[in-house]
Amino acid sequence: MIRLEKVDKTYRTRRGDLVHAVADITLDVRENEFVTLVGPSGCGKSTLLKLVAGLVPASQGTIRVRDEVVRGPFPDVGFLFQHPVLLPWRTVFDNVMFSIEMLGLESRSYRARARELLSLTGLAGFDTKYPRELSGGMQQRVAICRALIHDPGLLLMDEPFGALDAMTREEMSLELLRIWEDRRKTIFFVTHSIPEAILLADRVVVMTPRPGRIARVLEIDLPRPRSVELEFDERFKAYSHAIRSDIFAPRTDREYATLA
Amino acid sequence: MPRSLSRFARDYLLPTGTLVAVLVLWEVAYRVFKIPRFIVPAPSAIIAETWEWRFRLVEHTWVTLYETLAGFGLSIAVGVPLAVLIVYSPVLRNALYPLIVVTQSVPKVAIAPVLLLVLGHGEASKLVVAFLVAFFPIVVDTATGLAATPEELLDLSRSYRTSQLKTFVKVRFPMALPFFFSGLKVAITLALIGAVVGEFVGSDKGLGYIILSATSYWKADLAFGAIFLLSLMAIILFALVALVERIVCPWYAAEQQQ
Ligand SMILES: Nc1ncnc2c1ncn2[C@@H]1O[C@H](COP(=O)(O)OP(=O)(O)O)[C@@H](O)[C@H]1O
Ligand SMILES: [Mg+2]
Repeated sequence: MIRLEKVDKTYRTRRGDLVHAVADITLDVRENEFVTLVGPSGCGKSTLLKLVAGLVPASQGTIRVRDEVVRGPFPDVGFLFQHPVLLPWRTVFDNVMFSIEMLGLESRSYRARARELLSLTGLAGFDTKYPRELSGGMQQRVAICRALIHDPGLLLMDEPFGALDAMTREEMSLELLRIWEDRRKTIFFVTHSIPEAILLADRVVVMTPRPGRIARVLEIDLPRPRSVELEFDERFKAYSHAIRSDIFAPRTDREYATLA
Repeated sequence: MPRSLSRFARDYLLPTGTLVAVLVLWEVAYRVFKIPRFIVPAPSAIIAETWEWRFRLVEHTWVTLYETLAGFGLSIAVGVPLAVLIVYSPVLRNALYPLIVVTQSVPKVAIAPVLLLVLGHGEASKLVVAFLVAFFPIVVDTATGLAATPEELLDLSRSYRTSQLKTFVKVRFPMALPFFFSGLKVAITLALIGAVVGEFVGSDKGLGYIILSATSYWKADLAFGAIFLLSLMAIILFALVALVERIVCPWYAAEQQQ
């Protein structure tokens, strides 16, 4: 579904400095696969998502989605960000329909689907409420509906539960899994929570500090449907340990190097 | 019911009561200390004089109101497109922003006489002074508002391949409305001040002219009456802008209350 080949991204800041964000990324994401991406902050995780979405051009390498080279934005994606960024003047229902309007699709044919998604995410009866009347977790559910309404093949999620409290976060993760198991899609999910990355994923991509390179791709061999109890599983702990050492080891090496 | 009653008392009764108390104290002080009428007149004298001059005052009030609203309207008509240009074009931003800031640092009172020279003693020169002072907050606040759309929403719109115009209409403009209105609230008050300053510099009409000529004839009570009318006008204009804001972006008012 997604194929990245030797992708490199260097930003030029307003002041003219060069920032090497990601380096030499080669990765294949299969159709309907759930891939999570972990790494320290600033390592280029958001950049990688934007590259896949065609929102920023790669400096080097090629990105293909469904065998087509990505040269700009394409509408077959659903986005989820850390903040729900709903439109405060629109009701919950109209926020979900926002995608349809912006895509220039016929609203009428999607109304039933919007209702269906709202009840799937536990928001039945909230259609006419405004975002300010909802909790952070509920607002993020509305954003999920907005990302799913046009039935995109690819979901790009950039730390979507990062701003929520730990309990809501866990609940939302499981809910996302439930939705995904119900109707499969390819999901590329960025997080800086290692347990979250393992709990959700078929594969975890671990990135090094900037410029972000792939340190390891870890196949998660845990049964589905998953539950939070898995965190006490020995395999879960082993995965967690492996990821941690990948992220932190290179840094300590470098620190030793500067000390020497 | 008792709660809304106590809120009514807090929001309206209390300030009104304070105002009445101040006026009564003023009147009493005037009589007790025998303050000369031409320095500070008593409230009773101001009311009497204002009533006496009511027809003329209404005419002059209209003139000042017209100058204020025309200058205000012009500042919206010029300020909003300018803000859009500044936000959408980095080249224009670099070209225009310094100029706008420079025009803002010129004291408007200082250029008012020059404007009079160029535009004459009529209403046009006052309107232009009102425009000059009012347009800055409108440009700055509208531009700030247009630039305040979260990056994520712009990314989202781009991923849908929505046109710039549609993104502007559906996302950026409504997002900027609360900022636009906060600029308007500053601008309407400044426009009134600009109009009065224009009248001070040279005119034979308007409440500014009344204040100036009344004081030169030692008629402080009439001047105070005109000042009172100006304040009333400022309050009403501000309240009208706030009312329109609440009608146009009710979501924002609701957010503020939380
Ligand atoms: N538009 C941009 N211009 C310049 N530098 C950028 C831009 N976007 C991101 N960066 C830089 O690229 C690096 C990676 O950023 P990002 O992809 O947001 O990392 P992450 O999401 O992993 O925290 C950071 O150092 C960031 O400052
Ligand atoms: Mg990020």
